[in-house]
Amino acid sequence: MDNGAGMPLDSRVFEAMKQYFMDDYGNPSSSHSFGNAAKSAIETAREKVAQLISAEKPQEIIFTSGGTESNNLAIKGVAYRNRAKGNHIITTAIEHMSVINICKYLQKEGFEVTYVPVDKQGVVDLKKLKAAINEKTILISVMYANGEIGTIQPINEIGQLAKENNVLFHVDAVAAAGKVPINVQEQNIDLLSVSSNDMYGPKGVGALYIKKGTKIVPIIQGGGQESGLRSGTENIPGIVGMGKAAELAQSEMESESKRLIGLRDNLIKGVLDKIPYSFLNGHPTARLPNNANLRFSYIEGESLILGLDMYGIQVSSGSACTSKTLQPSHVLMAIGLPHEQAHGSLVFTLGKQTTQEDVDYVLELLPDVVKRLRALSPLTPKELLR
Amino acid sequence: MSIYMDYAATTPVDPRVLKAMEPYFSEEYGNTMSLHKQGRTAKKALDQSRQTVAALMNAQPDELIFTASATEASNMVIKGVAYANKNKGKHIITSAIEHNCVLEPARWLEQQGYEITCLPVDKYGLVDPSKLEEKIRKDTILVSIMHANNEIGTIQDIQQIGKICKEKNIYFHSDAVQSFGKIPIDVKQTNIDLLSVSSHKMYGPKGVGALYIKKGTKIEPLLHGGGHEFHKRASTVNVAGIVGFAQAAQIQQQEMAFDAQKQTKLRDKIINKILTIDDSHLNGHPTKRLPNNTNFWFAYIEGESLLMHLDMEGIAVSTGSACSSNDLAASHVLLAIGLKPQEAHGSLRLSIGKYTTEEGVDYVLQTVPKAVQRLREISPFKNGWKQ
Repeated sequence: MDNGAGMPLDSRVFEAMKQYFMDDYGNPSSSHSFGNAAKSAIETAREKVAQLISAEKPQEIIFTSGGTESNNLAIKGVAYRNRAKGNHIITTAIEHMSVINICKYLQKEGFEVTYVPVDKQGVVDLKKLKAAINEKTILISVMYANGEIGTIQPINEIGQLAKENNVLFHVDAVAAAGKVPINVQEQNIDLLSVSSNDMYGPKGVGALYIKKGTKIVPIIQGGGQESGLRSGTENIPGIVGMGKAAELAQSEMESESKRLIGLRDNLIKGVLDKIPYSFLNGHPTARLPNNANLRFSYIEGESLILGLDMYGIQVSSGSACTSKTLQPSHVLMAIGLPHEQAHGSLVFTLGKQTTQEDVDYVLELLPDVVKRLRALSPLTPKELLR
Repeated sequence: MSIYMDYAATTPVDPRVLKAMEPYFSEEYGNTMSLHKQGRTAKKALDQSRQTVAALMNAQPDELIFTASATEASNMVIKGVAYANKNKGKHIITSAIEHNCVLEPARWLEQQGYEITCLPVDKYGLVDPSKLEEKIRKDTILVSIMHANNEIGTIQDIQQIGKICKEKNIYFHSDAVQSFGKIPIDVKQTNIDLLSVSSHKMYGPKGVGALYIKKGTKIEPLLHGGGHEFHKRASTVNVAGIVGFAQAAQIQQQEMAFDAQKQTKLRDKIINKILTIDDSHLNGHPTKRLPNNTNFWFAYIEGESLLMHLDMEGIAVSTGSACSSNDLAASHVLLAIGLKPQEAHGSLRLSIGKYTTEEGVDYVLQTVPKAVQRLREISPFKNGWKQ
């Protein structure tokens, strides 16, 4: 139940990729037939990714090596391109580390960044966001949904706000794409990052939607691939895999999200009912279908992970990207949790292969594991142990 | 008949490589940063792969980071070394025949106030190390010279260049995309500080590259984010791709010498036969040359028409670098070795590889002379260039 960190490849995705390793292995920049086959494979994938997010044209999609590169390209690309216009960027306190670290880097380079706070359910404060916009603001970057606490942001409202103020709007949709419907045109999104890995496609591939007419500078320059915005020989099998994953996500989204919401809510309700002093992090309804983030007083998330790992249950205590640091999650801190509470949190991300039996198994084991860890914890009040 | 002679553009994946990758797509799909069992399995695969790829260039594993391409690796070097060392100086030396993934970032830096010196090459494509030495200044922070050229196959004297850079205490970067896995490279012995390599030019998957960064080298990351790859390159790690790259490196470790010998023989057979065509010329050096590269120019015809013609006969070749084959400008490499634009436009690169057979070569050697002759018959220049 750690699908947020890494997902298995859908077997249909691998089937689609297969022929591009050893048979149609050409370089799309080559003029011969091997090259042409590769080129047309990319264009088909581009169409599928464009459809998933309702982009107007496939040419608005640039393939990258993942969500992190897409975020780097979007934010630095806009920042460097618009330096003459202004140097102010608005983002939120709960963005993915890639966005936060890019912003910190840009601050060193002389840009100004406002990190808008979120409420205790992780929803961005629209009033404060609006108030932060000034004549030097060139970009608003807000994630579609948070991968850790699952909260979905009011993207329509933010898009409207950006449009009214003539500021570019970037959305990190890595955790949301393929799981909830996205319409970049209706939602007034100028740039949108997606990752293949987070929708059952291969790792090492991502995409950036760049609305027609939006000017950015590239961060990886060279052979001029991807309309000059991202050089490097294209990862054909990976791109084909992402295209297939996007196609499958689109066709299965409605039924799959309904199924996952059912499982998610059973899990949340079961845990909150069975375990005293357990709490839900994030928003109860404006939440990704596959995410349940739960908090248990008096114990450490890390010990819970290891305790559950022994029973074959794989979960995480926060974002995988930061799981090896001992710092509490910046997201949980931003929703107002004190250190010890943030450390006692556990993220369940459900996936295609998760069943009701899996949920039942967790609900059967988790109360005992929590109880045992609480018995060992010096923080646990005595009355809870009786 | 389908003959692929464009291995310098990209190679097919070795079946053994795909087999090594497969489990990491559907079974071992953990994130290397996760603490649980699947995460640990992925981390172990990553560590082993790092060791294998590092070994092929005699680097320590913790001096190697994986990237999504060699282009990314070279961009990181040029920009990352420039930004991190701007207090020491803003002068960078490179050569006129570098790949665009070095030249384009260098041009970008020029707009940002850096100074770039582009060393010329001789008619074989060789950089003169003594000229390099002359151009080094107090504020020079980086020398970037490729190991072997992607179009004309010329191998540079990186031993001498490395020595000079070490004496002058300047970082030395080499783009080894075309040579890695084909001829030996030893970063320690050649005093290389930074080396860019690619997986898909040596029978590994596309979408993976690596950068050697000698311990202590000051460099800024290109991609900011999580703390992956020793905090030098953020992004979820492409485990399957990296495992594939490592498998390819391991295979080349064992088969490089054999492949090089076999391909050198086929290469020289191609060169000798093609040069029997009237008014045909070899581009690049006759011996200081990659085992798998041949590059010619034919007077009076267009390389592009020759390419199309050969494609119809089932032969896949190139006129230059694949990256620029869709634009119409003459190759900057061929111009740098002294060809006139019309001569550069008449060039053809035949690059061979592991799966090239004697029969395939024979078929190509029958077909190319006929194609050249036919194109010359319809060429408006058949009686010589217009003056």
